[in-house]
Amino acid sequence: MDKVNITINGKSLSVASDTTVLLAAREAGIDIPSLCYLKDINEIAACRVCVVEADVKGVPMRNLPASCVLAVQEGMNIRTNTPKVRRAVRKNVELILANHNCECLTCLRNGTCELQKLCSELSIEIIPYRGEKRKPVFDDLSHSIVRDSSKCILCGRCISVCRDVQGIGVLDFTNRGFHTEVAPAFDFSMRDVNCTFCGQCIISCPVAALHEKTYLDQVWAAIDDPDKFVIVQTAPAVRASLGEEFGLPVGTPVTGKMVAALRRIGFDRVFDTNFSADLTILEEGTELLNRVKNGGTLPMITSCSPGWIRYCEINYPDFLDNLSTCKSPQQMFGALVKTYYAEKFGIDPDKIVSVSVMPCTSKKTEAKREEMNVDGRADVDIALTTRELGDLIKQARLNFNALPEEEPDSILGEYTGAGVIFGATGGVMEAALRTVADILSGKDLKDIEYQDVRGLGGVKEASVILPIDGVDTEIKVAVAHGTANAAKVLEAVRSGEKNYHFIEVMACPGGCVNGGGQSYVSAKDRLDVNPKINRANALYSEDERQVLRKSHENPEVQKLYADYLIEPNGHLSHKLLHTHYHQRDTYCQE
Amino acid sequence: MDNECKCNCNCNKTEDSRYVDLKAFIDSMSGVDGAAMPILQEAQRIFGYLPLEVQKFISDHTGVPIAELYGITTFYSQFSIEPRGKHHVGVCLGTACYVKGSQKVLDKVSEDLGIRVGETTADGMFTLDATRCLGCCGLAPVMMIDEDVYGKLEDMDAIPGILAKYKR
Amino acid sequence: MKTISELNQYKSDALKSLAVGEGYRVVVGMATCGISAGAKPVMEAFKGKIAEYDLPNVEVVKTGCIGMCVYEPIVEIFAPGKEKVTYIHMDAERAARVVTEHLKWGKPVAEFTVDGGETGQLRNLNDIQFYKKQERIVLRNCGLIDPENIGEYIARDGYQAAALALTSMTREEVIEVVRNSGLRGRGGAGFSTGLKWSFAAPSQADQKYIVCNADEGDPGAFMDRSVLEGDPHAILEAMIIGGYAIGATKGFIYVRAEYPVAVQRLNIAIEQAKEMGLLGKNILNSGFDFEIEIRLGAGAFVCGEETALIASIEGKRGMSRNKPPFPANKGLWGKPTIINNVETLANIPQILLRGSEWFRSFGTEKSPGTKVFALGGKISNTGLVEVPMGITLREVIYDIGGGCPNGKAFKAVQTGGPSGGCITVKDLDTPIDFDNLVAIGSMMGSGGMIVVDEDNCMVDIARFFLDFTVDESCGKCTPCREGTKRMLETLELITAGEAKPEDLDDLAELADNIRLTSLCALGQTAPNPVLSTMKHFRDEYDAHVHDKRCPAGVCQALLNYIILHTCTGCTRCVKKCPVDAISGKVKERHTIDQKKCIKCGACMDACTFKAIIRK
Ligand SMILES: Cc1cc2nc3c(=O)[nH]c(=O)nc-3n(C[C@H](O)[C@H](O)[C@H](O)COP(=O)(O)O)c2cc1C
Ligand code: SF4
Ligand code: SF4
Ligand code: SF4
Ligand code: SF4
Ligand code: SF4
Ligand code: SF4
Ligand code: SF4
Ligand code: SF4
Ligand code: FES
Ligand code: FES
Ligand code: FES
Repeated sequence: MDKVNITINGKSLSVASDTTVLLAAREAGIDIPSLCYLKDINEIAACRVCVVEADVKGVPMRNLPASCVLAVQEGMNIRTNTPKVRRAVRKNVELILANHNCECLTCLRNGTCELQKLCSELSIEIIPYRGEKRKPVFDDLSHSIVRDSSKCILCGRCISVCRDVQGIGVLDFTNRGFHTEVAPAFDFSMRDVNCTFCGQCIISCPVAALHEKTYLDQVWAAIDDPDKFVIVQTAPAVRASLGEEFGLPVGTPVTGKMVAALRRIGFDRVFDTNFSADLTILEEGTELLNRVKNGGTLPMITSCSPGWIRYCEINYPDFLDNLSTCKSPQQMFGALVKTYYAEKFGIDPDKIVSVSVMPCTSKKTEAKREEMNVDGRADVDIALTTRELGDLIKQARLNFNALPEEEPDSILGEYTGAGVIFGATGGVMEAALRTVADILSGKDLKDIEYQDVRGLGGVKEASVILPIDGVDTEIKVAVAHGTANAAKVLEAVRSGEKNYHFIEVMACPGGCVNGGGQSYVSAKDRLDVNPKINRANALYSEDERQVLRKSHENPEVQKLYADYLIEPNGHLSHKLLHTHYHQRDTYCQE
Repeated sequence: MDNECKCNCNCNKTEDSRYVDLKAFIDSMSGVDGAAMPILQEAQRIFGYLPLEVQKFISDHTGVPIAELYGITTFYSQFSIEPRGKHHVGVCLGTACYVKGSQKVLDKVSEDLGIRVGETTADGMFTLDATRCLGCCGLAPVMMIDEDVYGKLEDMDAIPGILAKYKR
Repeated sequence: MKTISELNQYKSDALKSLAVGEGYRVVVGMATCGISAGAKPVMEAFKGKIAEYDLPNVEVVKTGCIGMCVYEPIVEIFAPGKEKVTYIHMDAERAARVVTEHLKWGKPVAEFTVDGGETGQLRNLNDIQFYKKQERIVLRNCGLIDPENIGEYIARDGYQAAALALTSMTREEVIEVVRNSGLRGRGGAGFSTGLKWSFAAPSQADQKYIVCNADEGDPGAFMDRSVLEGDPHAILEAMIIGGYAIGATKGFIYVRAEYPVAVQRLNIAIEQAKEMGLLGKNILNSGFDFEIEIRLGAGAFVCGEETALIASIEGKRGMSRNKPPFPANKGLWGKPTIINNVETLANIPQILLRGSEWFRSFGTEKSPGTKVFALGGKISNTGLVEVPMGITLREVIYDIGGGCPNGKAFKAVQTGGPSGGCITVKDLDTPIDFDNLVAIGSMMGSGGMIVVDEDNCMVDIARFFLDFTVDESCGKCTPCREGTKRMLETLELITAGEAKPEDLDDLAELADNIRLTSLCALGQTAPNPVLSTMKHFRDEYDAHVHDKRCPAGVCQALLNYIILHTCTGCTRCVKKCPVDAISGKVKERHTIDQKKCIKCGACMDACTFKAIIRK
């Protein structure tokens, strides 16, 4: 790597020639404020709070350049802390605030807000302008996402992530000049557009202009109601992020404390979605084998990510038959709680309030889908995000970090390592391969780590030779995370360029560990840690620690089949655990 | 994606000649880089404005997200998402015209038509805009009605007469 | 057309057919402004009447901008061996008389000519002051040739420069000549054109582009329109040369949609050039391919800025992006792209044909050549003038422009449009070039010169410009999007008489921040009109803020209507006042209650004795 010599605040440095002043300064321990910059995703230099003074070859640059996009050059001399720079940063923050709804105390981002933090660092006490503000738009019609334009600072981070990373393009700048806004076309509600509710925009937003719709009040009401039997399930990826809500490093696994906290909050039963992840593997694996054997529609594509499901329903309706008919683990779980569990323990299913904690904002909408019920009872009543659980724990005034480690309740709390890794991209595929390979070979295979499908490559492929009806058959699989990658795979399949048997798709880049409901990691912290990697590692290490690492080995799942469902893809399974999808129109005016 | 429009609206795009024309234009732009702008310009010409249906149609046939199209249409002042009047009155508020009193011209037109800048008369006859320099500064103050340019509008009393010509 | 000799043959044929022979050549100014002043009926009248008389050897052609907007519609009549005759303020009736008397009887109609026959001699535009100080390089064909006829362009050495470059010069040589000429970009920044070309030339990209920036957004500037409407082939030729020099095979002309006539003529020109093989594959057997596509703007001033223009051609919102990377390295679709202004390009063929030394013989050391200015506002001779750099503002405004009309006092001239500043009497003797204008606190910009007189309020002018930038800001970066709006709000307070003294300091501080931290030049220069008027006309600002007074009598809120002692007490005004602010006994002097008055001006209009004044 070529190096160049530069000076920052009098300090001489040798840095990579392809870096920026902001990153070089960070390496040198000098912090430059930033708001719009989201490395590799949004580098549009719009907010102008990262400005510096710079000389190139002894010639001062005319203006104060934005360090986030300023490439270093040999002999560059940069000053980040001059009166001129300090004045400029403060002015630009003041200008942002002058057009901002500065109600921090009643704001969901209070404490996690990047703008608030910057204001606090700058000791801003007054906003010296009293002029007009942008017209506020408040949209909470969807079940997942709230858009509050009065908080938007027009940084464009959500636009870039949705358009460039997710390949969707729900949001864009509209109007121009002072009237610029960030909104869906024609100011439609997020409910009615081609949004998958993946929430990537939410975790990219530095402020509270986009956030999840919260349901904490309903949860407390249920818990406080002695008549209700409130159960909770927690998705695999939640345990890898929840600790961040309490100051733990990104990707600290907190499974036991999480369980303990949920009990103390007052949930009547604390379960684990990992259980139904294992169950999903049996249902989905069986479905796959049936499709392969009986000439069903292939490739089969996973259906556990509601963000992906919506994406497919809106953009690729011709692939609906390829989707596995399995409900997602969240919904499978909910369906069992109000049937199997209720029957088994003699609980009136109408008194059960089924709560889930998910890394996901799309799950909120999934829970409200019409199909997601059994006999008119919603599988899941309330879906919370990891962040909301963090708040719930705080509201219960628990000292999270001091809690003991506890185990989830039986009989829907047992899980294997395969269920755990569901939270990371490739995890579902790996879990499925572990089970399918065992079933087909009739052996207890030891070589169970499928490295090809792990990691952050956009589209990962693997093939395994498995005996199907006695014939060694090459099973080709692909894993895509992020909807843009999913589109690539589908296009390749559609054009006939690629052939697969099985495809795993997760709507979020990195999978659920990086879901839209996970703890916020600020743009700055993302320069040092990659939450996708850290949290996935947390899951893989929990997998390694498990004695049972294959879904079909889960004793409670086995019991479920023995006592209740009889067999995977059987009649009752279909009633409870499977569903259908349909094409969706968007941007329709009623 | 060249799937047919999936929406359930009742406009019949295969029979409406405007959509046929637009589709032909879109087809003629296939392979042209940056075609969104020319396509929107053509659509604006054909329909007179760019309502949701038209933008959806363009999005469906070009793959450009509708949010991006909407972003473009609300950025450039020549696009309109509202229907516009039969006649477009643009009073130049460029510098040369402004220093020569075009604000008064604008006020007068506004008074005569009974609408403010950006609005369309109730009878759908006129839309009034304050435009940027029309490049006829030598004749300032200038007003443009449709393609006709009127210069040297120093006598406010002459304005109703000019407008009257278009009122029929 | 495949060879230079064919081109030359075509040229001599064209020259022959252009030769007026025994008859007359009637040239009607049909640029947008000419048309809007009524040139079409004039043209028709000429044609009709000539047909009626069945006059032989008379040719009627349209031409582009003649340059003297005040005199439009203008018709010039050429005859062999005679001075041309310039008729002004033409209409159909006058045209008919000219046909009868001049073309039929051979007796020019003196009273319709440019000096109204006062001198007793027939004079034409060339004789008047307006033209005497001009030097026409960029506008050499404007007002002379029929822009829709490639033959007329070729007859006047058209495409000779391209032929020279393509067939007997290397790319490096072309760039060298342009660099040596010292030509600086006329789009505003004044960057060396040759140098800019040399940035893109060496890179080994699979595709490069050359773009003609014809967005001409500065209000009050219309030189680019005139060139496009009057001499479109010159731009095509320059783009061929530029494309060849940098190795671009594709050119775009980005024209603002408000210029339909220019677009139409460009389209015609491109078609003609294609037909003749001057655009397309293997031009003049040189092995060089080049094509040109027109893209229309859609009403966004910021799209004149290079990176916003690129975004717009790419089919996106015209939002600027950070530089570097510069377009010469990463432009359209990430490929090396050179963007040049219309007027810059119009110089190129002449420079190649006549050499850099010839070009340097005009203008000043650091700003060689000429500059076209659009004179507008409170100036007698509004129009388009091309003068050598180094001429003083005084010469332009007084000798050429004829000063302010109606005996009003000159106050300032605004150059550089919304990015520029105003220049006052004290700097009128500054020789005009890129650097001098910056030194006196303004800038060249694209060449709009708006003269303001004593009736204009400088605070209001500053407010006007800010209103423009607030409206035209792309909205991407904080200082420009939010800051200009706050500046505008402050100026609105000032012009409404509601500002506090400290607001002026805050305004200056905010202006400074916007200048220093905005992403693109629109924001960086947006505060200029305010800073410049604050510098030169601080007294006017103070009057608004401290005395709540608008010295020029423009700012409505600060005006007072006062009844003078000449009031006869007729009570007419009382009846007109919508808020009953006027009182007084019949036949006695009336008074206005300033607290009630809403400054509607109705009373002033009503008073037949001119006893009410606004102050
Ligand atoms: C806000 C803004 C508007 C501009 N408008 C124009 C314009 O209308 N025409 C133009 O030629 N250059 C315009 N420019 C300058 C161009 O960005 C660019 O510098 C120029 O086209 C380069 O050509 P030149 O080197 O031949 O001058 C504008 C610049 C800014 C910042
Ligand atoms: S978005 Fe941030 S700065 Fe704005 S109100 Fe919320 S916490 Fe405060
Ligand atoms: S910021 Fe301090 S004073 Fe203000 S509400 Fe919070 S705790 Fe109270
Ligand atoms: S939730 Fe996902 S699809 Fe919806 S706007 Fe945000 S990023 Fe785009
Ligand atoms: S919604 Fe959030 S991420 Fe999107 S532009 Fe506004 S502040 Fe930025
Ligand atoms: S990948 Fe996970 S977090 Fe993202 S939408 Fe799908 S289920 Fe939700
Ligand atoms: S300075 Fe103004 S025009 Fe330029 S990028 Fe910023 S907001 Fe846009
Ligand atoms: S200006 Fe209008 S309100 Fe004031 S006194 Fe005259 S008529 Fe009355
Ligand atoms: S109209 Fe004129 S003269 Fe008559 S009362 Fe009013 S001010 Fe006096
Ligand atoms: S401009 Fe650099 S962080 Fe926003
Ligand atoms: S300023 Fe009005 S036409 Fe130019
Ligand atoms: S005569 Fe050409 S601009 Fe007016």
